[in-house]
Amino acid sequence: MIGKAHTYKRDHINTDEIIPARYLNMDQEKDLALHAMEDIDKDFLNNVSEGDFIVAGEDFGCGSSREHAVWSLRGAGIRAVIADSFARIFYRNCLNNGFLAIESKGVADKISTKDEVEIDLKNGLLKNHTKNEEYEFIPLPDFAKKMLDAGGLLNYIIKNK
Amino acid sequence: MGSTITEKILAKHSGRKKVVPGDLVNAEIDVIMCHDVTTTPAIDMLEERSIDKVCDPKKIVVMPDHFIPNKDIKSAEMVAKIRRWVKKHNIENFYDLGRHGVCHALLPEQGHVTPGKTIICGDSHTSTHGALGAFSTGVGSTDLAAAIATGELWFKVPETILFNLTGKLPFGVYSKDIILYIINRIGVDGALYKSMEFKGSVIDELTIESRMTICNMAIEAGGKAGLINPDQKTIDYVKSRTNDEFELFSSDEDAKYEKVYDIDVSKLEPIVAFPSLPSNGKKVSKITENITVDQAYLGSCTNGRIEDLRVAAQILKGKKIASETRMIVVPATTEIWKQANKEGLLDIFMDAGATVSTPTCGACLGGHMGILAAGEKCISSTNRNFIGRMGSPKSEVYLGSPATVAASAIEGKITDPRKYLLVT
Repeated sequence: MIGKAHTYKRDHINTDEIIPARYLNMDQEKDLALHAMEDIDKDFLNNVSEGDFIVAGEDFGCGSSREHAVWSLRGAGIRAVIADSFARIFYRNCLNNGFLAIESKGVADKISTKDEVEIDLKNGLLKNHTKNEEYEFIPLPDFAKKMLDAGGLLNYIIKNK
Repeated sequence: MGSTITEKILAKHSGRKKVVPGDLVNAEIDVIMCHDVTTTPAIDMLEERSIDKVCDPKKIVVMPDHFIPNKDIKSAEMVAKIRRWVKKHNIENFYDLGRHGVCHALLPEQGHVTPGKTIICGDSHTSTHGALGAFSTGVGSTDLAAAIATGELWFKVPETILFNLTGKLPFGVYSKDIILYIINRIGVDGALYKSMEFKGSVIDELTIESRMTICNMAIEAGGKAGLINPDQKTIDYVKSRTNDEFELFSSDEDAKYEKVYDIDVSKLEPIVAFPSLPSNGKKVSKITENITVDQAYLGSCTNGRIEDLRVAAQILKGKKIASETRMIVVPATTEIWKQANKEGLLDIFMDAGATVSTPTCGACLGGHMGILAAGEKCISSTNRNFIGRMGSPKSEVYLGSPATVAASAIEGKITDPRKYLLVT
């Protein structure tokens, strides 16, 4: 999986920033996508292309449990979030949706906006094609891999019933 | 080696003798709480997959609270969908408008929380119910849907951080100040993925409501849950709310903790958390600048209970709020509203120039009923002060105790509440 990075060199990007609560009267990805990140990055939607990644610092997705945060990013074309670390509920929500959340220390300092990055799930490597660098990431637990393969928690449960 | 209360409850609910941190368990869920915002997508997910059954309607407790009374057509459609779903599945525990309230205040009040239970809700402040010795944690809509369908959910057993609180809580300092102090000390990710356990003589002295304020904000330090071992106060509270039987779990003396914080609260002061993180707490005596407030907000699952309203009313009685400041009081549940009315608290608020709303999450999360304009500042008894949390991304939210909110409303600026509490 190869995509372009959108880097926020910041910790604690919270779910109110990813999708403000005033839009929680909607739950469709296409509707939520129109407002993703709008309070902290007005140009986000203009800059994002299908298949891109978000790169950020520690504790990405802290705050509210709203899964709308994952849906708004996915709706906007984002295919994975790569961060130093994730808040717990957001991380769960990613896996439960079959959406990639990759944890790699120091990544917000290493990957710049517009860098072309490849996520090599098999080898647990992030390959920065622009800078010609490689970074390891914390491998996903087996259970999480199975969930991703199934396309999320509910499909996993149905498959294994 | 002993176990923590978190480990014991998760072991019991996953049919194991013992679990240790890191274990992946499938735990039976006793209470599945459903509010408007996160439940509607969960219903859709299940219906899209033709999953037409709920695990057990008795386990499900439904209470629209975020955008009620319906703030717009879209919100109205959400609650209408929930009403149809509740009817279809014969869910008896449904608290519609008229019996409504903010879910984390309503759930224990209506006797749905007993010690030893596992509780989930599609809401991050679900950690509140750990105050009664339950394992209670926030999840997203997919987890909620999975629990509704199967009655179970996967968990990684968390490590536990112990907060041992000793000393004497000074006059004018409340449990809100304690938790703001703790979050300031450890940071908004200081307890990431961890269970937070609160104990010590200070906790023993606190009322159940004050304990709930502390556990409510465990998530603001990244915690998976916040728990207090049950004691006689817990038992008395729960028995006054339900006839259900329950089992008490407590941490063993030799339980293994990831970390232990010994905190003497004797020198604590009222704390105000500055924008835009709950960890930006400052002692009120150290605030030298004049921070004028356009709005004072008293309410929410953190501090909208009767004892919170009583403290604020004590300060506001016979006073007027500042002319340039508006104050909004939101009792957290219908029962609290009625009790406050009976005690004359609502008159005190309105005589002081405040307005009293019906229970709702409302403006706490920037929904409705008190949204901030660009450039406005609000002192609030709520739990989050993120950018844009209560309205415009250019507004600012300062967090404090109900006493701090009331005193600040009188002066129109952030104010140490202790001077108003001394006057009788």
